[in-house]
Amino acid sequence: MGNTLIEKIIMKNTQKANVAPGEIVTVNVDRVMIHDIFIPFVADKFKEMGFTKLWDSDKVVLIYDHLVPTSAVEDVRHFQIGDAFAKEHNLKNFHKADGICHQLMTECGYAKPGDIVFGTDSHTTTYGCVGCFSSGIGYTEMASILGTGQMWIRVPETIKVRIDGKLPENVTSKDVILRLIGDLGADGATYKVLEFSGSAIDEMSVASRMTMSNMAIEAGAKAGLFAPDEKTCEYSKVKMEDVAWLKADEDASYVREMTYKAEDFVLVCACPSQVDKIEAVSNLKDIKIDQVFIGSCTNGRLEDLKAAAEILKGKKVAPFVKLIVTPASRSIYLEAVKAGYITDLVEAGAMVTQPGCGLCCGRACGILTDGERVVATNNRNFLGRMGTSKVEIFLASPKTAAASAIAGKIVEA
Amino acid sequence: MEQFTGKVWVLGDDIDTDIIIPTEYLALKTVDDMKQYAFSPLRPELAGLIQDGDIIVAGKNFGCGSSREQAPEIIKHLNIKCVIAKSFARIFFRNSINNGLLLIEHPTLYDVVKEGDTVSVALNDKITHNGVDYKINPLPDNLMEIINAGGLVKAMQKRNGLR
Amino acid sequence: MGMTIGEKIIARAAGVESVKAGEIHTVNLDYMMSNDGTTHLTVDMFHNKLKKPRIADKDKLVFIVDHNIPAENPKTAAAHRKMREFAKEHGIKFYEGKGVCHQIMVEDFVEPGQLIMGADSHTCSYGALGAFGTGIGCTDFLYGMVTGKSWVMVPETIRFNLTGKLREGVYPRDLILTIIGDVGANGCNYKVMEFAGEGAHNLSINDRFVLCNLAVEAGAKTGIVEPDEKVVEYVESRGRKADNLFVSDSDAVFEKVYEYDLSKIEPVVARPDFVDDVIPLSEVGEVKIDQAFLGSCNNGRIDDLRVAANILKGKKVHKDVRFIIAPASNSVYLQAVEEGLMEIFLESGAMVMNANCSVCWGSCQGVIGEGEVLISTGTRNFKGRAGHKDSKVYLGSAATVTASAIAGKIVGA
Repeated sequence: MGNTLIEKIIMKNTQKANVAPGEIVTVNVDRVMIHDIFIPFVADKFKEMGFTKLWDSDKVVLIYDHLVPTSAVEDVRHFQIGDAFAKEHNLKNFHKADGICHQLMTECGYAKPGDIVFGTDSHTTTYGCVGCFSSGIGYTEMASILGTGQMWIRVPETIKVRIDGKLPENVTSKDVILRLIGDLGADGATYKVLEFSGSAIDEMSVASRMTMSNMAIEAGAKAGLFAPDEKTCEYSKVKMEDVAWLKADEDASYVREMTYKAEDFVLVCACPSQVDKIEAVSNLKDIKIDQVFIGSCTNGRLEDLKAAAEILKGKKVAPFVKLIVTPASRSIYLEAVKAGYITDLVEAGAMVTQPGCGLCCGRACGILTDGERVVATNNRNFLGRMGTSKVEIFLASPKTAAASAIAGKIVEA
Repeated sequence: MEQFTGKVWVLGDDIDTDIIIPTEYLALKTVDDMKQYAFSPLRPELAGLIQDGDIIVAGKNFGCGSSREQAPEIIKHLNIKCVIAKSFARIFFRNSINNGLLLIEHPTLYDVVKEGDTVSVALNDKITHNGVDYKINPLPDNLMEIINAGGLVKAMQKRNGLR
Repeated sequence: MGMTIGEKIIARAAGVESVKAGEIHTVNLDYMMSNDGTTHLTVDMFHNKLKKPRIADKDKLVFIVDHNIPAENPKTAAAHRKMREFAKEHGIKFYEGKGVCHQIMVEDFVEPGQLIMGADSHTCSYGALGAFGTGIGCTDFLYGMVTGKSWVMVPETIRFNLTGKLREGVYPRDLILTIIGDVGANGCNYKVMEFAGEGAHNLSINDRFVLCNLAVEAGAKTGIVEPDEKVVEYVESRGRKADNLFVSDSDAVFEKVYEYDLSKIEPVVARPDFVDDVIPLSEVGEVKIDQAFLGSCNNGRIDDLRVAANILKGKKVHKDVRFIIAPASNSVYLQAVEEGLMEIFLESGAMVMNANCSVCWGSCQGVIGEGEVLISTGTRNFKGRAGHKDSKVYLGSAATVTASAIAGKIVGA
């Protein structure tokens, strides 16, 4: 009997000849990521547990992004604790204002194909885009990894998602993952791995795949994995022959198989206030909006800014509507400046902010109030996520978001 | 075997971590500072009404969303005895075990229980409501080890010779 | 008897031949500007305190959201919403996220000889174009909004005769801080600070904004630079008229006359917590900083960004410093992109924000924590201005701020 992608990664890591779903194994962690919101708690627990030394400081990445820039006086305390922790443990992988953690983890090569990575954030699933098994954990568990370098996991079952064909014009990987979450339900993949394959997947850029692995958690998944290909190797700076082992066997066993024709996908939104409440954009009639947000670890990459800029170039954001653009990282912001996308966006009336989590995590950069409605490219539309519980959040692709900003209501790109 | 009885608060499906504790309050210094805001987007009054030993009963996918460990910690700090739900999201589940917050999965209890009811729990055995027993599955051994140690911090302290 | 610039503007607005200091006149207002600091309060009073609420002339009103944009919590979002709805209902000119209010006013509205009141103390900036701008509270604003008029007591004028040119590495920021340090924070209380002489005419329009903008920090009702051809060019190039270039008569009465030789001005800083606690930069000693801010209506224009970029080029922001840059308006932002300044900022590790009040307002972006030290090009260094009550703010020029951001402590460029 063959193995799925996740089983292959766990087998390689644990040097076991075979593993099966349900088995409890202890893995050696290749990298961990801690962000600013939780560093005080991680540092506390680490000490409380009686650890004094990191198991391997090169494998630890500390990133400030949720509180960058600060918006409240207490925010700085997290930096002070993080700075002290970094100094005490001689952390070299430390980013204070370079962008969103998940973007930096793959962009800077901290998470590579075949690695096992954990982070103190649920969207740590993102690195599955390069065939890395990555998942979110709490700060207590993070503290124990920092001390031991190990973590127990139950080998998850795998759901195979196969999409063949060519996506229609303007349909993006965001529309695909939203539809999948709608089909699965918000708990449809709980503790399972989504393994993506098919010719439509092969066509996607690494950035587009990132959007999908990022949102795998919204169906409850432990990971969303893509087998590496030439594009992955170029992005992650690894050799194809070194990652050739990283693919599912033909006879691997899946708990469920979902097969789609790419041509059947349409532009969709996740409607308030559940990520799995999916509706075709064409069915959303005359839904007026107050704000549009393009950014986040889900859709703040160069191709997203490019798509938005192409739609907004020479046009204006509708009167009384705000457009907030937050690039996912400093290097993306820089590239978008050089490519002229930022000029197009600002000329159209966008506010471009420093890369960070900002609005998506509900702490700053565009919070809304009672009765307001936002179209956003990020990953969650939970009640109260971007302000009060009377804010309506529609999740969509950057193209839908950009077109809606011009129209002042939700429309197809 | 541990047994306890408590008054029930009923919450729905997909109670996410942002409902349990909105991001806005995550930079407060301690979990005790945060706990007054528990469930505030959904039921702002709830945190003030919960009493020691109460039990939360909810639908499917309780704790979905963020990895914020404050979510189970806050529920623990509100002295909720346990959460019984149709299913739990996985990060929340691990975080709860690591903090010694008891979670019980049950497929049908949510459909019959009403807010204000009383339920009794016999750990790893059964839940009793209105005279009817509902069988519950025991937790796997490796999780019971963490729970028996008193949570992950204590388990690590033992490893490091602090206890 | 002759009149000063301020008296001539008031006489025009009052529709009389001449006015004298100490007289009280009813004046017609050319524009009224209100920002998100207080507009929601004005709107509440409009609805709750007036028997027959009406607006005298909507075309003279400008509402600008610049202080907490993008909003950092539901409360400020609600204030914005109230402002937006009111502007929409009454057809009032409305700007949101396009830049700091005073910068937008001078870019889009102010003409020489106008009398403009704004619900913000730094409305005095408009004197750079030979206009009389002054700050008012929201009750006065409400009265002006309903009647189109207000009253003023004609202030005395204090004249500053400027000669010579600033030396290389010395900026108008240093000049105005020096003046405030000399006269004191209430040294020009309820006076017009009139800047004239060949030294004043040597200054660019942007330089003149820096002078007039800080006039209120010496207690002045307004600051006005004697308008000249540079003003005509600035205003006409933006499609507006420069019909009323008022200069003081030779027999005008000044309460006091100061002489400043610009070539003798040195780089200075204002120490916490008072704008008039000004010392030479060379005497500041060893002051480590946690954050640096370049921006605001005082020092966020293209000239300031050029100065900063020149210093930053090829260098990195100090690892322990958060350097936040917020262009004063979208047109400044776009100019900075076009000139390649933005790339220099992003490559250096600085955080670039959307055009807004940012750190100078101290409640939305880059709020500093307990015990932290900020060096800023903002307008004020009052206790707690940028965040925690036990934090400290130093004021310096764009050059000093940028050099300090690189060094990690307060130094000159």
